[in-house]
This record gives sequence, C-alpha cells and structure tokens, in this order.
Amino acid sequence: MSTVNPPVVFTQDELGWVSWIDPLPEAELTERHYAGLVDRARAKSEYFRLLVRDPEVLEARTKTDKDIFYNVADGLPRAERELAAAATSRYNGCIYCASVHARFASTYSKHRDDVQRLLDEGVGADLGERWNAVVKASVALAATPIAFGPDNIAELRRAGLDDAEIVDVINGAAFFNWANRLMLSLGEPSK
Amino acid sequence: MGAQDIIDTLAGIEPGSTLDAIRARRLQACENAQKSYLALFEPVDAGDFPLAERAAVAAFVTGLHGESPVAAFYRDKLAATADGAPLLDAINAEIERGKTSGPYGAYPAGPLSIENKAGLIYRVSAERKPVLGAKLVAALEHAHLLVFHPRDAAAADMKALLAAGWSTTGIVTLSQLVAFLSFQVRVVSGLRTLAAANA
Repeated sequence: MSTVNPPVVFTQDELGWVSWIDPLPEAELTERHYAGLVDRARAKSEYFRLLVRDPEVLEARTKTDKDIFYNVADGLPRAERELAAAATSRYNGCIYCASVHARFASTYSKHRDDVQRLLDEGVGADLGERWNAVVKASVALAATPIAFGPDNIAELRRAGLDDAEIVDVINGAAFFNWANRLMLSLGEPSK
Repeated sequence: MGAQDIIDTLAGIEPGSTLDAIRARRLQACENAQKSYLALFEPVDAGDFPLAERAAVAAFVTGLHGESPVAAFYRDKLAATADGAPLLDAINAEIERGKTSGPYGAYPAGPLSIENKAGLIYRVSAERKPVLGAKLVAALEHAHLLVFHPRDAAAADMKALLAAGWSTTGIVTLSQLVAFLSFQVRVVSGLRTLAAANA
C-alpha cells in the first residue's frame, strides 16, 4: 500500500484515495466484474476494484449515480446538482467527495470562488438565495434524524425551483449520503 | 413505474400522479435504486452475509433514523425472514440505545479540528450479544458509526469487522447496505415532504 498523506482541509484539488482493505487485483476481474464496473476504465481505480467485490450492487449504484447527475435533458442544472453533492459532503465531512464535486460545481457554474467559500466557511456560507436554498435543503436531508421539511420546500420554491428541480435536489443530496459513507469508511484520501 | 417499486411504495407515490411523472424523467435512477435494493436484499447468492443478518442491519439502520414507513418496512421484513424473528426484540432494544443526532465526529488534526463534534460511541449491550452473535454485533456497531459519525471511520474499524468473522467481500456488501439505506430513507422522506406540500 502506498504512503498516505491525508489532506487536513477541504479543497478543490485532485486527491487520491487509498483503500483500507484489499481491492480485487485487476488480473482477477471477470466479465461479471466488468459489468459491475459499467465503465471498463474504472478497473484502474482502487475504489471501484474494491466495490466490485459485490458487482451487482456496484452496477446498480453506478447507474443510479449517472442518471441523477448526468441526465440533464431537463430539471436542475448540473452545477446545482453538484452543489447539492458538495454541500452534503461538506456537512458529513467527506473531504474526498467534497473535492470531486466542488470541482464539478465550479466547472459547471463558473463560480469557483463561491464554491470555495462553501468549503472554507462550511454550509453556513452565504452564497445567494438560490444556492443557499439548495445547500440548506441538502444539509437538512443529511441530518440524522432527517430535518428536511416543508420550510425547505418553500425556500426552494421561493428561489425559483419547480417540483422536478426539487426532486433533483433530493436525489442528488440523498445520493451523497450513500457515496460519503463508502468513501469515508473503506479508505482515506491522500494528497 | 411498476407497482412494486420500493421507493414509490414507501413514499406513497400513486401511479399517474405528478410526482410519478417527475420520477419517470429519471427512469434509469429509479430502476437502478430498485435494482440496488434487490441486489442487497434478494441477492442471487447471499454469500457469507445471510438474509436474516441483512434484514437485521436494515431494521437497525432505518430505526436509528426514527419511526417512518421505511423503518416499519424493514422491521416487518426482519420479522418475516427465516431466522430473523428471534432477532427482532434485540434489534428494537438496540435501536433505542443507539438513537442520537448526527453527523458528528472528528477531522484529521489541523484547521478543521475546530469543527470536531463529540458524540455517542455506540456498543451493543452485553446482555444482547449472545442472541445477536459476534458477527452481527460487529455489524451493528459499524452501522451506527456509518449512520451517525462516518468521518470517524478508521482502518481499525475494518480490522474489527475482519476479527469478528467478516470477509473483505462481506464488508463491502455490509457497507453498501448501510450506505444505500442512508440514501433510500432520505429519498423517501424528501418525496413524502414534497407530496405533502402539494396536498
């Protein structure tokens, strides 16, 4: 296993990720595993070669993820789906997930400084009415017990989101409660 | 969406409703959330993570989130699973002992340490360890960590699971199960809240 140099702040830099338990060796992957990986190139990733130990779950998880974030034929703009992912990760404390999705939020929104303030100041950063509503809803949904309620819906509507866009916020934020827990508990980020 | 879709059922989404139509625009996500559920709870091969243990962890995880249709669903599932019913009382008692508020936990030492938040480090009660067994005891303790303070997770937690008899592949499935339920319970809660706001 490589030497780990864990980041101690939230960042938009590219990070590595090192598994605490053994991923499958690339040489041992079968067609069943490649089906689970969905993209064959993911065989290069330690994280996906670990998750592919249960290929059926990984395949379904990956396809859920892709549709929630990449299907932008309608609904919430990609930037704000990524914002929901980044805010959830910031609140749960997943430095790795936050780095990836903060970068995506910056790329798609062109508001890199606002995204950086979410990372630096935390989920209370003032990012303007629309982004504040998305961040607040994501945080309320991430709390346990879940704190998401009618006030979050009303706030998202006042910020201009329709019901389809609100469902995209719910899906994107909820999905990162799945992703954060895998990334945080099976290994750690490394600079 | 089919009448059997678990999220639709738990969220009370009626075929032909506005929310049904909205969810249909993310058909691949809906279908694969369903496939995730099936792969975890009706796997082709349960391997060394038996169905009763899966249902027990699910009832515990969803119960820790508070009473909801999702918690009731997995409690009923545990009661209906072969070898599951004898675990039900112990799981319910452990849910009550494990309930707290998250997320909390510590960051790597540095500027984020100021955000460290202490909270319950849950351990299964000694009196219920015999009925649950070492493997399930370790799974519940790990599940509690993932539900409430995942940023505290460390390599030592993997060693604790391995020492309790979990295989590496079993740990992956256990982690997916807890993490998936963290997603499912939130989608259902979010959709229910939205539906109620429109009622």
